Amino acid sequence: MGKFFNPARLALNAAVVLMVFFILGPIVWLAVHAFASNWQYPNLYPSGLTLHWWSQVFLDSALASAMKNSLITSPIVVICSMIICLPAAYAVGRIKFWGRRVFMIGIFSANSFPKIGLFAAIATLYYSLNLMGTFVGVIIIQLLGTIIYMTWIPAAAFAAVPRSLEEAARDAGASKFTVFRTITLRMAMPGILVAIVMSFLAAFDEAQGTYLVGAPAIYTMPTEMYSLVQNYPIQVAAVFSLLLALPSVLLLGLARKHIMGGQLADGFQLK
Amino acid sequence: MGLELRGLKKILGGRVIIDDLDLSVANGEMVSLLGPSGCGKTTTLRMIAGFLEVDAGNILLAGRDVTNLGPDKRPSAMVFQNYALWPHMSAAKNVAYPLKIKGLSKAEINTKVEAALELVNLLHHKNSRPGQISGGEQQRVALARALVQEPDILLLDEPLSNLDAKLREKVREDIRELQRRLGITMVIVTHDQEEALSISDRVAVMNSGKIEQFSTPRELYLRPETEYVANFIGSINRFEGVLENGEITSGVGVTGVRPEDLQISLQPFEGSHPGVVELVIPRGHFFEVVVARRDGKFRIFTNENIPMVGENIYVRIKKALYFQDGKLIA
Repeated sequence: MGKFFNPARLALNAAVVLMVFFILGPIVWLAVHAFASNWQYPNLYPSGLTLHWWSQVFLDSALASAMKNSLITSPIVVICSMIICLPAAYAVGRIKFWGRRVFMIGIFSANSFPKIGLFAAIATLYYSLNLMGTFVGVIIIQLLGTIIYMTWIPAAAFAAVPRSLEEAARDAGASKFTVFRTITLRMAMPGILVAIVMSFLAAFDEAQGTYLVGAPAIYTMPTEMYSLVQNYPIQVAAVFSLLLALPSVLLLGLARKHIMGGQLADGFQLK
Repeated sequence: MGLELRGLKKILGGRVIIDDLDLSVANGEMVSLLGPSGCGKTTTLRMIAGFLEVDAGNILLAGRDVTNLGPDKRPSAMVFQNYALWPHMSAAKNVAYPLKIKGLSKAEINTKVEAALELVNLLHHKNSRPGQISGGEQQRVALARALVQEPDILLLDEPLSNLDAKLREKVREDIRELQRRLGITMVIVTHDQEEALSISDRVAVMNSGKIEQFSTPRELYLRPETEYVANFIGSINRFEGVLENGEITSGVGVTGVRPEDLQISLQPFEGSHPGVVELVIPRGHFFEVVVARRDGKFRIFTNENIPMVGENIYVRIKKALYFQDGKLIA
């Protein structure tokens, strides 16, 4: 009896229910819409279930090409970002050089202003470089948002690898490169994985800049949402939103399994 | 010769850390570098291992000049102060790493890893990660990882400093026993004189980048060549002046008397001089008694005739060391 009337426990349970509703509510609403033939106020239940909206999305050539574009650009952006940023992250994390702090803060400052101004300036540059409406143009724009993740997080991860662990490997006969591959990179991997996930989501989600330099030649899933919301029934937007959320859910699930639950967690003593 | 250092010099940040240091360690010998922090003992060890480049001088390991070789090319293996085990590998994987680098076959690696872990009594923990075993066990994994390389020389950097007192004594004996059994040359860095004296064949006492004295523990205690060593090994009552008729009298030089080389009694006896007891401190295995005599204040370690504070007693100097300009004369 007493268990049920414990006020602290009751408040906690209420808070949990509220949180679940707050986080899952909109997604449930979207999910119902995605499968409902019609669901309007004041009806409590949808009038019927259908896969019609899904087929409409997958058969619509504009929407299909937006999905294709997103699935092509985002991985390319992540790979380019890794190639550009990871060496910089290593340098910043491990080497004390002149202007290191300014560099780090400079990267941060790119994210601390409204991006639309930056994109407008880039757009004028793109016109003279003939990059407007091109894949390269879109990829460069999306790269901007990933830089901060791909430098700061791996830099911290590289910096956190104790030097003595590398020395021990050198002492054991490993060359500098082997030490980097088997010890440094391996131990920084959880940080790099997190950076990859964050960068992918940032690129996948980028709409402002992509719309500015890509449209009307190139639409990705987020930019397609603009026209979707205006031109299609609400159920199609719901289907599209679910599709847009899918990579985030998949990636975060994967990251959780590999970073928090996997053997890498042992090394970082987090369980 | 196991290890030879010739005219070693190291400058760090404009400061001379090691200055013209010579050291010869015989094959199968266990040598300690002993000194306070900042004396350059760890710097010396890191130069031997190859983590620091030398500014002048040569390092010879097993007769071969390795001065210009990287740490991966030197026939030395090191046990780090914090063990430096790789947290993402099991104990067995840690020990196997050097063998994998060497390109040994899987079967060979397995046999050697098992043998090495057996040697340090850790076979039952071979699949544990460093985070799952105790500090003492981590230490033994680090030792196994060093030994499996079959190095010409084993270097240990403050290997016992992270262990609690009880365990320290046991691990100390284990290391010594292992060293004798394998006949491996060892250089161990420590700031703990008791550790150095009990474990080593010879001890190099270091002071600001130089070796003050390099001899057996027995010699260090009985015949410290310098005042610094006398002060560092054990403890000493230091007086300006010379010893005459059992008393310190003014004169050129320094007289040092070890607290255990003083005899006390409540009655006068031959060679004794009177004094007043100022302090009596039980120190576990003995009592520390501080007595003020006419010629100075003496710290005395004794187990007999323990006096009370304020009592008048008689103190005799059994043995004294006499230094001039910091060097032992008699």
